[in-house]
Amino acid sequence: MTPILELRGITKRFPGVLANDHINLTLEKGQIHALLGENGAGKTTLMNILYGLYQPDEGEIFINGKKVIIHSPADAIAQGIGMVHQHFMLIPVFTVTENVMLGEESTRFDGFLDREQAAARVRAISEQYGLAVDPEAYIKDLPVGVQQRVEIIKLLYRKADILILDEPTAVLTPQEVEELFGIMRSLVEQGKSIIFISHKLREVLEIADLITVIRRGRVVGSVRPEEADQYRLASMMVGRDVQLELERPPSEPGEPVLEVENLLVADELGQLAVDHVSFDVRSGEILGIAGVQGNGQTELIEAITGHRHILEGRVRLLGQDVTNAPPRIITELGTGYIPEDRQRDGLVLAFPVMDNLILRTYYKPPFARGRRMEWEVIRQHAEALVKQYDIRTPSALSLCSTLSGGNQQKVIVARELSRPIRLLVAAQPTRGLDVGSIEYIHQQILEKRSQGVAVLLASTELDEILQLSDRVAVMYRGQIVAIVPAAEATKDYIGLLMAGVPAEEARQRVRRKPVEIG
Amino acid sequence: MATTTSAFHRKIEVVSPTRQRVMGILFILLGLILVFFFTPGLSQGQITTFGLSLATSDIQLPPWQVHTLPTLYGLAVASAILGGIQLARGFGRYTNWVLGLVVGFFIFGFLVWAAAGKSLNLVGMFNTTLSRSVPITLGALSGILCERSGVVNIAIEGMMLTGAMVSALVGSITQNAWLGLLAAILAGALLALVHAVLSIKYKTNQIVSGTVINIFATGLTSYISAKFLQVNQALNNPPTFGGTPIPLLSEIPILGPVLFNNSIFVYVMFILLFVLNVALFQTRWGLRLRAVGEHPKAADTLGIDVFKTRYMAVVLGGMVAGFAGGYFTLGSAGRFDEVMTAGRGFIGLAAMIFGNWNPFGAFGAGLLFGFADALASRLAILGIAIPSQFLLMAPYIATMIVLAGVIGRARPPAADGIPYEKE
Repeated sequence: MTPILELRGITKRFPGVLANDHINLTLEKGQIHALLGENGAGKTTLMNILYGLYQPDEGEIFINGKKVIIHSPADAIAQGIGMVHQHFMLIPVFTVTENVMLGEESTRFDGFLDREQAAARVRAISEQYGLAVDPEAYIKDLPVGVQQRVEIIKLLYRKADILILDEPTAVLTPQEVEELFGIMRSLVEQGKSIIFISHKLREVLEIADLITVIRRGRVVGSVRPEEADQYRLASMMVGRDVQLELERPPSEPGEPVLEVENLLVADELGQLAVDHVSFDVRSGEILGIAGVQGNGQTELIEAITGHRHILEGRVRLLGQDVTNAPPRIITELGTGYIPEDRQRDGLVLAFPVMDNLILRTYYKPPFARGRRMEWEVIRQHAEALVKQYDIRTPSALSLCSTLSGGNQQKVIVARELSRPIRLLVAAQPTRGLDVGSIEYIHQQILEKRSQGVAVLLASTELDEILQLSDRVAVMYRGQIVAIVPAAEATKDYIGLLMAGVPAEEARQRVRRKPVEIG
Repeated sequence: MATTTSAFHRKIEVVSPTRQRVMGILFILLGLILVFFFTPGLSQGQITTFGLSLATSDIQLPPWQVHTLPTLYGLAVASAILGGIQLARGFGRYTNWVLGLVVGFFIFGFLVWAAAGKSLNLVGMFNTTLSRSVPITLGALSGILCERSGVVNIAIEGMMLTGAMVSALVGSITQNAWLGLLAAILAGALLALVHAVLSIKYKTNQIVSGTVINIFATGLTSYISAKFLQVNQALNNPPTFGGTPIPLLSEIPILGPVLFNNSIFVYVMFILLFVLNVALFQTRWGLRLRAVGEHPKAADTLGIDVFKTRYMAVVLGGMVAGFAGGYFTLGSAGRFDEVMTAGRGFIGLAAMIFGNWNPFGAFGAGLLFGFADALASRLAILGIAIPSQFLLMAPYIATMIVLAGVIGRARPPAADGIPYEKE
């Protein structure tokens, strides 16, 4: 049988980078084909070529055995290809129906929108494939899981047969991931074919019929999930053996370092983002904050580090009241802070590595004497850190904007961890990094913990939280709904809490496994 | 469906009660101003007279007379009571409606005070308000077209000015007002095309591009005016569009003379208002235009041509601005004078923001600005001590308050002013 899609020898060069190097890929009808690779391996570039957003420098695309040339997304749509992008392509102020029909509108009298007819089609699709959604709802009012369903409905509305899902699980809770997998299975049963892009080994093994691994723009190989395991896939992805499980010696919690009491914080729109939150972090322990993005973690972290106004409540650091204290005071008391958005809040991209490494301490000896900067000392300090933290940069004078994401993050980690600190606040410390860098940063965090530093770790990656934390606090709609010791923190249980299931009910549902979904 | 991902999404409640308090205090303050600033100096039994018919109308309504002092006290008490309720428990989502009501009370109170013991013709004033609001509203509609597609256009002032000059010139040469108007529209379109190419193709900063066009337009029109139009009056004597009363409708008391006895500019403005509103929100064209202004990349991935859509929107906007320019010469003055648009294009942008990028909202704001304009000239006639400049400032203070987000935040299209980069 001819495959529904075949890519032959696809090559794409960007200035200085070979993003895709003669990639071959075959998708059979009714198959879920996973594309596995690290960030920057070239998965998304390949799919953007298939969707007509980029033009390949070399190579051919065949659909149902016929050679096609795809110049634009409109061509791709006409060929039955649809893509759910990693960042949703939805307009928040439009309704579900408006988003779905955009570009292929139902009209009356040639031009006037027929919202009823389009909504009826949306309803029909949502029933056929089990994608529950209200056609009249505005996107901005919907949770991400539902927004993703809208994206899938968009493809089905255009009668796409080949669905590309680019990192679709990154924004979902474990339960939402299960729902998505249910939807994917129902889609292939009804004759659709799916390319599933991911860097999460477990998910790929669970859902895919065939796994193709890409590294540095090249196909490393294709395996069936029954022939593979996580270790094999990880080493294919990275090109060397990887340590997936971290060695975590038992924690020896000491005195409380950070105490947070009844914190009340608002977001930019003046809406309550952190709702009476209390917890403490002791020296030598890691407290993980789990939660789906947008449940108040960002605002909580910013409030603790002095970057956001606290409406009510207290923050104490080493017994001292630092509620609404300026960030410099909080830093000088011994706080290291790895911010969530490293490019916006962590670095001055237009400055060299050397300058970025002293952003917290530039005004103090030995880097400054009075009003004078000691550039020689600063350079030596930078060179030492570049070596110690293995920052891959041409020199300490290179601009931070020229470094890769992983190395930018290492600059921040070096700056924050090389100081004598008592508290480390790390928000999404490994977001978007490759496996190697993640491994490194995790080890550094554990190292600090064994030195007696108190660590507050906020992450939306549940795996990361479970690997590192001694206790897990789950945030949902601005509140900490539970604080769970590591021993009881299973993926299912924390996942249910993240989705807003009350602690008691969550515990019962986990006990009568398997977890009911759908 | 699993309960874990309920489609319901509880909105976290607004914490800060500041806005509620500010509003309540404002209501009470307006009431107090009515009492303490307006009532002193008035005597018992004084009467304010409002004329309800124009002298030229066939049907004459008797004037409306109110007792000045009791009316002022009544309005003040009503404002204070509303303020008290607002402070005590708030009007929630009706707050803005109540605000409108209180401001209405205040303006009415102001008129009652200003015309105390005299007579003020309301119909005449509404008519002036409407015609003064025409260029402002048209400017706002032009801005809405551009900005809903994601291109900021502060060059509307320059486009209007050029339209005004060109229509005077072409109108004078051909002695045909319609040709003059057509030339104005084309001139607006041409300048808009320049703005579009700069900001869409070359991705220039749109504020800079708009500023440059405004300066260019001022220079060009002033030069041509000084060199030719003022020297040779035959080049600055276009025929004008007079009032065109609509039969029957213009005879309706009060409304008739205000709405249906105007120049074609007023009628076209109303038509544009309705057409644009339907086009933006009920047609495929409008859905795509708005999508491009909100999230161009999403539109692009669905096969919509972002660049083409933006070019079209900006050029259409320029045509509307050029048409508005024609109003100054062909609809109003009958000649071109240097810098005669006097910032109406910029005020149009303020009206657009005030109206939250909606045609009818912008028209409402245009009316408000036009009202201040009309009021200023009436008060001069009534001999009121307040300098008219202060009255003319009032709407802009209101605009600043809107921009600061006190009366609910104005929300521009998400991609407004950001050039689209195709990968």
